[in-house]
Amino acid sequence: MTPYLLRHVLKAVVTLWAIVTVTFVATRLSGNPIDTFLGEGLTAEGRQALIDYFQLDRSLWHQYLAYLRGVLSGEFGLSFVDRRPVTTVVAERLWPSGQLLLTSVALTVAVSLPLGVLAAVYRRSWIGSAVMVVAFTGYAVPSFVLAIVMVLTFSYWLNWLPVVGNGTWLHFIMPTIAMSGGLIAALTRFTRNAMLDVLGQDFIRTARAKGLRETQVVLKHGLGNASITVISVIGLQIAGLAAAGSVVVESIFSWPGVGQMLVNAAILRDYPVLQFGVIAVAVAVVSINILTDIAYALADPRIRLARA
Amino acid sequence: MASLVDALPRLRRRGARRKGRGADIIQTIALVCAVLLAGGALLAPWLTPFDPLDQSLLARLRPPIGFDRYSAGHLAGTDELGRDVLSRSLHGLRLTLALAFAGAVIGLLLGGLLGLIAGQRRGWVEDGIMSLVDMQIAIPFTLVALLVLALMGSSLTVLVLVLGIAGWEQYARIVRGEVRRIAAQPYLEAAHTAGAGPFYIAWRHVLPNLVSPLVVQFTLSLSNIVILESTLSFLGLGVQPPQPSLGSMVGLGRDYMPTAPWIVLTPAALIVVLTFTVQILGDWLRDRADVRLRER
Repeated sequence: MTPYLLRHVLKAVVTLWAIVTVTFVATRLSGNPIDTFLGEGLTAEGRQALIDYFQLDRSLWHQYLAYLRGVLSGEFGLSFVDRRPVTTVVAERLWPSGQLLLTSVALTVAVSLPLGVLAAVYRRSWIGSAVMVVAFTGYAVPSFVLAIVMVLTFSYWLNWLPVVGNGTWLHFIMPTIAMSGGLIAALTRFTRNAMLDVLGQDFIRTARAKGLRETQVVLKHGLGNASITVISVIGLQIAGLAAAGSVVVESIFSWPGVGQMLVNAAILRDYPVLQFGVIAVAVAVVSINILTDIAYALADPRIRLARA
Repeated sequence: MASLVDALPRLRRRGARRKGRGADIIQTIALVCAVLLAGGALLAPWLTPFDPLDQSLLARLRPPIGFDRYSAGHLAGTDELGRDVLSRSLHGLRLTLALAFAGAVIGLLLGGLLGLIAGQRRGWVEDGIMSLVDMQIAIPFTLVALLVLALMGSSLTVLVLVLGIAGWEQYARIVRGEVRRIAAQPYLEAAHTAGAGPFYIAWRHVLPNLVSPLVVQFTLSLSNIVILESTLSFLGLGVQPPQPSLGSMVGLGRDYMPTAPWIVLTPAALIVVLTFTVQILGDWLRDRADVRLRER
């Protein structure tokens, strides 16, 4: 168990270090960081102060070490737009994003698990085919197209749902569906494949042979075993997909979350907010990944009891 | 991943039941779409009667053919500056396809090379490359793309590079896996014994085996890259105005949706048709080539 955990923690740390390095390299590649950081209208003293602050007169290696120290001590600077610490700016946007993430993952699981099981059990009939068509559609339609079509239909045409903000539960409907479209496609496919794997195993034949009802065979023995794979997929893949999706969906529906903040920061070149936002999301995704790995290890005795 | 075609036994033409003969209806439609899309994109400058950037202040926000106030010649209507929506969409399609192909080629070369190295060399080189692959999978790439485009400005060169880096890890995994598999084959041992060098073996024995999985992965990655490009352009971080791209047309047309929905619907429909077509063809190629790609 311990070497397994150590390996995964080490991998997570290396991944985070890599993304911090990418944010550093990207700024230095884009030319003079001062122009990137503040643009025009900078006095000579201001310029000198920035050069001192970022140690731009030192070697790149020094700058990199100084940057790493800043990141480790939690110093990410101020937003260019409203001059507040970027950590505060990001922190107050976490909860709205979290809410949307929770509703989306809940919807995804509620739709994908039954669909995936159906698609596996009725693989050769029209039910399985219909499910796979749904999954295929969710995969091919980009989330922003889905969102735009929904807004046109339900807001402008039928006048049923609000577009902007997150005030009431009605505000959750369209963003949640727009976020979930691609996730449902992915998770349905994973569930179906996992179920097909499990249903082909010997113990399923044994369960049938001892006279269990088919629903029990499928749900208890089938889904029970497949759920381990499915849960790990939710943690490892859905988290990343959702992070990417929230960027698009939040900016369409003016959702006051991290995703919208990142897009605004990218357009306004609010570099410190963008940088910290990317690192924060990466930390979130990598943490979810590693928690999933740990949960997986705890659930699976083959890993839990393994010796180095 | 089960293919759509597998999932649709009932839609197969009866005559197509014999193994390996004939395409079924969906694939035929997809092929026709692919030809139309490719033709429209390649011939856009000659097909379209209007310049995509030409403004006409007298014919602004005109609806498509068949509606009131239709302005002659503008089949899909005009946008807020009186530019022809259909001409812009076709030019946008042209740009989107060009970017997607360029990005997919970069991904193929980069990933293929790294996968080849990882497959042939063991030890720390392979570990290093494979942990790069793991990182690429772990980090949501859209965020990295946002950061890079915001910092370096969204020129077409930067955009193409970003799109190329977006999918390299899939190629690397496939190539490494195939190289590993082939390395265990007896004919490779025979080649070694006969004194063949590593480059000769790579060219003569490994590469031919890689062609079909790479063609399949290339096709499948095209649709991912199309989605990424149009998403970035939709957010205002990809192709910059006035140059039209399908994604940016949808993004900029959003403000006029209540009164002039055709500005967003035409490019949005083209994006969906494009991704569907490419996906279906990719699935079809995979079935034809009988390639086993990683499923999850």
